[in-house]
Amino acid sequence: MNTYEYRKLKNTLASGLALACVILALIPLIYILAGVVAKGAPALSWEFLTSRTAGTGESGEGIGNAIVGTLLLVLYASLIGLPVGILTGIYVSEYGNNRFGTTVRFFNDVLANFPSIVVGLLAYALVVAYLNVGFSLIAGAVALSIIMIPIVANTTEEALRMVPNSLREGALALGVPRWRTVLKVMLVSGRAGIVTGALLAIARIAGETAPLLLTAFYSSYWSLSPTEPIASLPLTIFRNYNSPSEVLLQQAWGAALVLIMIVLTLNIGVRLFTRQKTRKSKVVRKKWTTRLSRRD
Amino acid sequence: MDDKIVTKGLNAYFGDVHAVKGIDIRIPKNAITAIIGPSGCGKSTLIRCMNRMHEVVRGARVTGEVLLDGKNIYSSQTDPVLVRTKVGMVFQKPNPFPTMSIYDNVVAGLRLNGEKDWKRLDATVERSLKLAALWDEVKHQLDASGVSISGGQQQRLCIARALAVQPEALLLDEPCSALDPIATAKIEDLLFDLKDKYTIIIVTHNMQQAARVADFTAFMYMGELIEFGATKKIFESPDKELTEKYITGRFG
Repeated sequence: MNTYEYRKLKNTLASGLALACVILALIPLIYILAGVVAKGAPALSWEFLTSRTAGTGESGEGIGNAIVGTLLLVLYASLIGLPVGILTGIYVSEYGNNRFGTTVRFFNDVLANFPSIVVGLLAYALVVAYLNVGFSLIAGAVALSIIMIPIVANTTEEALRMVPNSLREGALALGVPRWRTVLKVMLVSGRAGIVTGALLAIARIAGETAPLLLTAFYSSYWSLSPTEPIASLPLTIFRNYNSPSEVLLQQAWGAALVLIMIVLTLNIGVRLFTRQKTRKSKVVRKKWTTRLSRRD
Repeated sequence: MDDKIVTKGLNAYFGDVHAVKGIDIRIPKNAITAIIGPSGCGKSTLIRCMNRMHEVVRGARVTGEVLLDGKNIYSSQTDPVLVRTKVGMVFQKPNPFPTMSIYDNVVAGLRLNGEKDWKRLDATVERSLKLAALWDEVKHQLDASGVSISGGQQQRLCIARALAVQPEALLLDEPCSALDPIATAKIEDLLFDLKDKYTIIIVTHNMQQAARVADFTAFMYMGELIEFGATKKIFESPDKELTEKYITGRFG
């Protein structure tokens, strides 16, 4: 065997090994997806999606209030987490070239890897106990926003760092003040990355369970009030799965399927969004050309 | 002849690196001044001190004075943003904003500072692109992305963008080093046309380019200004031996 054939053989072996690992990694994913669809799909019905969950001792009809609860939790958490996270990312990337910025970046990384149950405890101590709000939608949203902030801050910082320095200098050299440069050049150029980070953070918190146990708690009633306990999909799954009732067990799978669909939709949305943005940047604005060229 | 930009004892640093060492130079008004010298001699840093772009880099410092029409741009009362509208800059690599159309690129300086009057913007786009000798090539595709045109066109777009804010002086940092000879010739012609109205300073690696376009030439070496004078004089009978060695290609 000459060296070329030997190299080809090694190449085949190495790529074969890599492919085997990919398949190994995909098996659990497909297994989970197939299992959830197989067990959850029979539970799905209009009634299931629109009725409230079962209270203690009831046999229960649906998960409508849990869907609303999860959406509300995500909405409130995003209202807190997105602005704080994005502004933190801007600070660290654009103004954080100093010791304080480095410190912020370090603690951001620490926070990003915090066990979510600890974040739940913090929100419990702060909102539920100290501020005396009790188990509530707002306490859950605070916990989820704390999980969200480091993710959003990191992706925002990353997105802004990807913007070439020449664009920043180009804008500054035109006599554009720094804050406008950040706002209208840097943020616009990095927006695809920032939106991606925001959507991924939302997908992440939509499935959080542990912190909600200590904050939003649980409710089997319809509720929109920020200060009342509220149902959520992950906790509905958790609660129903521990129940002896066959119907409730089935509903847990149904709720899991709905949750997975929400998260998948967000992920696919991210893909479509980023792909569209890169393609769209070819042609920008129509109206001005037409106005200008008509004059010739 | 009036001096547009005068530096007095100008020093520039990157952290501990002393990049520009005590430079005194008087840049004449409405003329083209070329700055030549080997790589790393501080010529780009020198012009970046002239519109306060040097301090944008982390760890960069400036001491000494730069007088624009007799006023020190490094005095504590001077707004660096205002200085940059008076002294425009074109960079080595064309850097149009990729998220903006050609139109938006030209008026970026105005629109980012809040100008909304479309008639004024339209007029500025046409005037600036004509000044930059780009109008005829792009007038039917003003809505195309700023990076969809060729490199030479992108660089002229950047010149148009700098001219749109109506500066008094224009700093060009090796504007042709990424361009082919034809695009380079177009930019040189353009500089020639612009010098009636603008004070132009061009940093270049290319000695032929300096000889072709510049009225005055400065030679820098290791952060110091070695010689400055009329281009003809610098190229034909320089006073310093170092200058002659560099011009004749014996080092650098």
